[in-house]
Amino acid sequence: MNALKKFLGLVWMILGPVAMTFLFLQAVEKVGLTHTAIERTNTMLQWGIILFIFLPISLGLMIFGFYAWKGEYDRLPESSEDI
Amino acid sequence: MFGHVTNLITNSAGCCLSCKCLSCGTKYSLHLMSETLPKNNIFKVIGASSLGTLIEWYDFYIFGSLAVIIGHQLFPEDAGASALINTLAIFAAGFIVRPFGALVFGRLGDLIGRKYTFLLTLVLMGGSTFLIGLIPSYKSIGYAAPILVLILRLVQGLALGGEYGGAATYVAEHAPKNKRGFFTSWIQTTATLGLFLSLGVIVITKNILGAETFGDWGWRIPFLLSILLVVVSIYIRMKMHESPMFSKLKAEGNVSKNPLKESFNNKANFKMVLLALFGATMGQGVIWYTGQFYAQSFLENTCKLDFNDSRYILLWGIAFATPFFVIFGAWSDKVGRKWIMLSGMLLGIIFYRPIYQMFLDDTDFTKIEQHDILSSTSAPVTAASIANTADSLRTTTTKIELKNGASFHLVKTDTISVQGGIISGPEVLKDKVLPKPIFWKFVGLIFFQILLVTMVYGPIAAFLVELFPTKIRYTSMSLPYHIGNGVFGGLVPFIATLVASFSGSTPLSGLWYPIGIAALSLVIGTIYLSNKKDESIND
Repeated sequence: MNALKKFLGLVWMILGPVAMTFLFLQAVEKVGLTHTAIERTNTMLQWGIILFIFLPISLGLMIFGFYAWKGEYDRLPESSEDI
Repeated sequence: MFGHVTNLITNSAGCCLSCKCLSCGTKYSLHLMSETLPKNNIFKVIGASSLGTLIEWYDFYIFGSLAVIIGHQLFPEDAGASALINTLAIFAAGFIVRPFGALVFGRLGDLIGRKYTFLLTLVLMGGSTFLIGLIPSYKSIGYAAPILVLILRLVQGLALGGEYGGAATYVAEHAPKNKRGFFTSWIQTTATLGLFLSLGVIVITKNILGAETFGDWGWRIPFLLSILLVVVSIYIRMKMHESPMFSKLKAEGNVSKNPLKESFNNKANFKMVLLALFGATMGQGVIWYTGQFYAQSFLENTCKLDFNDSRYILLWGIAFATPFFVIFGAWSDKVGRKWIMLSGMLLGIIFYRPIYQMFLDDTDFTKIEQHDILSSTSAPVTAASIANTADSLRTTTTKIELKNGASFHLVKTDTISVQGGIISGPEVLKDKVLPKPIFWKFVGLIFFQILLVTMVYGPIAAFLVELFPTKIRYTSMSLPYHIGNGVFGGLVPFIATLVASFSGSTPLSGLWYPIGIAALSLVIGTIYLSNKKDESIND
């Protein structure tokens, strides 16, 4: 199980930037599809919110993956006293 | 100023045996503090904590329950679908700032205590909700209306971010170790009951005032009513005492000096914050908001169900499912928290698309035959001018009642050009009222979704409390909870509606967001989380 945890750590580390790139490309595509100025503003606002929120979260997923890859989750604390 | 003065009672060897709060007289054993609290006292603690939390959720959810009406009030009349999406974005903004509220008020709660912190959040929440009820519409003050509402919505989000962690921590720190899931599950019912209360108040107000008056100004009443509820709750909470574990820390001078630094600069603690987020609260958040919020939005906006019908369905579903928060919370004390929560996520992943497909199929009235129609009544034709042009819109509405008890409005909007031409618009079926068997089938489908909510949400407060030590618990548990629920969960209606609006999407495309997030959380939770319970949280 610990080997699987470490291997998946790599997956989470890759998933973070992949998800952000995907979201960014989606944002560019959707804003480009709009025609009027008001539509463009609305679309940029919506995608701006999404990118603003999910950027730090994807960074968190990368850190989580890094910890998993380093074996930090091989043994979880038995109680909060261990923390 | 903030804490109760405590008198430490020691034995002959100088070891501390018990702690007596001099201002309230409550006496606690320090080592078995949570086990010695009398049963009637724990229910007072739960009652007082839950009532305030319930009111905060009520305040928070009225906005979402009235998104369509508020959208018409805050944005230009010709804004169309973007008014709803922008209103959902303002609704989502309240969720997005919840993690920041968790940091600000969590820190305060770990520094000055649980009681006064969540008293403060209650005042902020009640005040901002009341003020939303007073904001003039777009017609009166233009774009200042949505901007002011956005600011108040941000205050609401900050307040809620501080409230929940305090209430859950407060109850858990009073609860005996073998019933922590059971007692904290009462706090878990409050979010759903807050939604129930908001829906109930909205439906009652609308039925009393009528649809037109409600859409005009009556929608403000549920917001204004909040101030009364908050005053009652503040009165009750003022009588509460500080958490015994926090009192103990304070008496010993062990209160954290910088909870934020201790929570997030300490790698051992930070990695648990990340695990709690990605392995539990992220999936729990999307299950919660799909079952109770997106479902309502889908029934109203995609299936075009009648306002009252969509809310009655949700009200019945919540009424039947709410006891299961306590059942799953109590069960988690026996079998552990992990598998109950992850099973709820798995069932959501499997059943969401079939459930929403049934919603669509059963509200598809386009295939009705002439012999199914009982009566057809036309309403007076209405006309409205189009902004910036001389053209106008002509709307004809026909109410059609079917023999099986269903009914709907057939609405056709044509554009009348000044040059004499008429551009025929599409026919839209709105305000669908379901026949009784389908209505109860929908109640069953909503009940099932909320049952999944009770599985993921009932045990999670105890799970989070047990993950972190007392002196940084408020801060540490609040952050993953509010990112999971506020950001991942709260954005479900907004993102799912947005995804479903893309060209080439189907009405079910929006479900890929909660399904994908729940699947990721399920994988991480299954592999990385432990099912063990922390027996002692007195640390």
